[in-house]
Amino acid sequence: MINTAGRVIPDTITGIAKVKPYAGPFAFVPEGRLVGPKIRASKPKSEKLLKSIEQAIDASGLQDGMTISFHHHFRNGDYVLNLVVEAIARKGIKGLTLAPSSLNDINDKIIPFIEQGVIRAIETSGGRGKLGKLMTSGKLDKPVIIRSHGGRARAIECGDLHIDVAFLGAPCCDTYGNINGINGKSACGSMGYAMVDAAYADKVIALTDNLVAHPLHTISIPQTHVDFIVELESIGDPKGIASGALRISRDPRELLIAEYATGVIEYSGYFKDGYSLQLGSGGASLAAAKFIKEKMLAQKITASFGVGGVTAPFVEMLDQGLINTLFDTQDFDIPSIESIKNNPRHQEMSASFYANPHNGGAIVNNLDVVILSATEVDVNFNVNVITDSNGTIMGASGGHCDTAAGAKLAIVVAPLLRGRLPMVLDRVNTIVTPGETVDVIVTERGVAINPLRKDLIANLSGAGLPLMSIEDLKQIAYDLAGASDPIPVSDEVVGVVEYRDGTIIDVIRKPL
Amino acid sequence: MGKLLQPGQAGTIESNDIIVTVAPAAEDGIVIELTSPVIKQYGNRIREVIADTLVSLGVTQAFVQANDKGALDCTIRARVQTAVARALQEGGI
Amino acid sequence: MFAPGNNPGKLQNAGVYGADSVIFDLEDAVAITEKDAARHLVYNAIKSINYPCEVAVRINHIQTPFGRDDLRVVLPAKPDLIRLPKAESAEEIRMIDEIISQAELDNGFEPGSIKIGAAIETAIGLRQAYEIATASKRMTFLAIGGEDFVADLKTSRSKEGRELFVPRSELLLAARAAGIQAIDSVFSDVNDEEGFIEEALMIKGLGFDGKSVINPRQVRLVHKVFEPTEKEIAQAKRILAAYQEALDKKSGVIALDGKMIDGPIVTRAERVLAYAAALKR
Repeated sequence: MINTAGRVIPDTITGIAKVKPYAGPFAFVPEGRLVGPKIRASKPKSEKLLKSIEQAIDASGLQDGMTISFHHHFRNGDYVLNLVVEAIARKGIKGLTLAPSSLNDINDKIIPFIEQGVIRAIETSGGRGKLGKLMTSGKLDKPVIIRSHGGRARAIECGDLHIDVAFLGAPCCDTYGNINGINGKSACGSMGYAMVDAAYADKVIALTDNLVAHPLHTISIPQTHVDFIVELESIGDPKGIASGALRISRDPRELLIAEYATGVIEYSGYFKDGYSLQLGSGGASLAAAKFIKEKMLAQKITASFGVGGVTAPFVEMLDQGLINTLFDTQDFDIPSIESIKNNPRHQEMSASFYANPHNGGAIVNNLDVVILSATEVDVNFNVNVITDSNGTIMGASGGHCDTAAGAKLAIVVAPLLRGRLPMVLDRVNTIVTPGETVDVIVTERGVAINPLRKDLIANLSGAGLPLMSIEDLKQIAYDLAGASDPIPVSDEVVGVVEYRDGTIIDVIRKPL
Repeated sequence: MGKLLQPGQAGTIESNDIIVTVAPAAEDGIVIELTSPVIKQYGNRIREVIADTLVSLGVTQAFVQANDKGALDCTIRARVQTAVARALQEGGI
Repeated sequence: MFAPGNNPGKLQNAGVYGADSVIFDLEDAVAITEKDAARHLVYNAIKSINYPCEVAVRINHIQTPFGRDDLRVVLPAKPDLIRLPKAESAEEIRMIDEIISQAELDNGFEPGSIKIGAAIETAIGLRQAYEIATASKRMTFLAIGGEDFVADLKTSRSKEGRELFVPRSELLLAARAAGIQAIDSVFSDVNDEEGFIEEALMIKGLGFDGKSVINPRQVRLVHKVFEPTEKEIAQAKRILAAYQEALDKKSGVIALDGKMIDGPIVTRAERVLAYAAALKR
């Protein structure tokens, strides 16, 4: 079948009960009810603290073929996922589905366990490095399922993704299982992704290197969701968890892109007092934060809220009163962690509050402006953030399609060429975010507005931006780089890209 | 012309550049050994540009090693031109 | 904006930053061992890439072993302008003029289409500034090379730039006498935005037509400094309107707001509007 994004989707796919093709960002109407974890009974004076990961695995009742989950709040400083998978392997348990909120380079360590059959399926937001290559190789029992942050929350809450055991790294955990992410040597700030897993998994194991006396007074994940606790020497590397304040780029190309993106925002018609904003964590986004701040100061504009992925430049705007409040699903650096800890206007939110399309209304629905990055875009404004130009998984869906769908103005920034490769193509390798939700593409050589947005075309015409059609932008890229040969791809489906509503927007086929 | 007597090299490992080493070959023809991060998309094109440039310089017998880091056609041509010019000087590289 | 001729990445992106002219440098930016490579890179870049602005090449001095090779390789690509560093005599300009004329002939280019600009970087050069400026019809500007000049004067650069005051003024005088443009020197501290703007304002006040920059971030700063304000544009329009009205009425004396408007004031008003229009592009 061909979905409305123009992609060929097989009628049946291993591991997908019913293939629902993408039919538009808001076309699918869900039915039924939310699910819940198995009912637990707990007695007073029960002891949740166990002596080791092995004991916790036993206590959880983990068996062959079950689904386990983790959060990725520790990014490349995470020890938990690797440690737990290794312990599971030692116990001889096999055939598991791994469903972390995302995967990073540090998780390359679990490749041997995948090859040994401990893990036979993966459902996540993305993958990088050698693990990304493995995910693209078709060596798992079924295609990898790629979901956005909002899509994962949706899937968990409606039962599409059933988690048997969630292993959650807890920077601060009291002896009865109340957890927060703001205290301790492995502090990570918001625990937005973990909050959903904790509420819906049948069994929840907290792993902490900072066990404190009960009760904690700032609680992100309550004791009512936590079954067992394991205390470890270290659950992560602080340097990998949070960097020093992310600095603004010096690269003149990124600065130029940031400047044009800021110009788009300024003249879009949305730039007024009380607007709301989300920025990515890439170089151009951070630079844009600086330019937008200057414009807000000059024009006396305050944002009613900001959404992140939070970084220091965003926190600075909060501190200076340029943003009233931040809704935070993930903190990237130390200033951001300090901010969520100390500033009541900096609020933690779950991945569901952030981006789930099937609840009473996620915050992305209220968002005015978002700046997003891309690995590739095409002349239909479709965006790829998951595979590179060779078709290998090396990125993550993240909140991309969620914010693009929700925001009134979705801006995608990218250099026109990466190395020799044009970033504006006739056809992206993999669609993650459909063109109908992408409004403007900004490169250092030109800015293209989606023809569907006649209002933006009118507003931006006097803004002094290098406006051009997306076709012209593509032509500039190809004139510079030269026409490329298409990469050969087999018919074998190794990955399924779910849109946030559970429909299938594209598949990843194994590169030859 | 047609035959080189010693090798010549030009280029750097920086992005958007290509290191081209042009050396004498035993048999007639141009043999190109290419590494490139975009070999699937541009491998054919890179080889074509190297060969065309050599031919336009009158070189029909050479062994070329090319280590590409995403160079555009104009950069490839320039590096081949310089490598050949250096090979033709006294002293080679 | 200068771009080093031996850097493919910078050459291919040079046109993106809005500079009015990109200067591909074969001289100071390029090590002696790479002079051959740089001229090939520049030749191919100019031939293949569509730059949205004037393309200039700073060759090595015509009396070095490299200068003539630079011209031989680069001219067939049809750069818009050849920039000679450390110019010291009219003879140097004439030599380059001859070589360019021959290249225009050999390549079928329109005669006179390739221009020349000269940078004055020594006391001797400054003494000959007018002669250099008038040595060829191709001469488009005189530029001052601040760092080298200051070394030649045997002093160092200061913030206020007093040591360059006379050289700048003399250069400007020579350029104006010859009817060509005067371009100011580069400002090497890329991180000192305030200092850059101060210097740019000062040389704009002296009468310079523009400034050379070494970094894309400085392009915007120059345009900001040289951009006429809304007030200046409005006033220029009023002056030209008053002038036109007086012409139509054939009245002898033209006045606006109680002040006389004569030739120089009208010319300045036209200049302001021309500059504003050019910046809109």
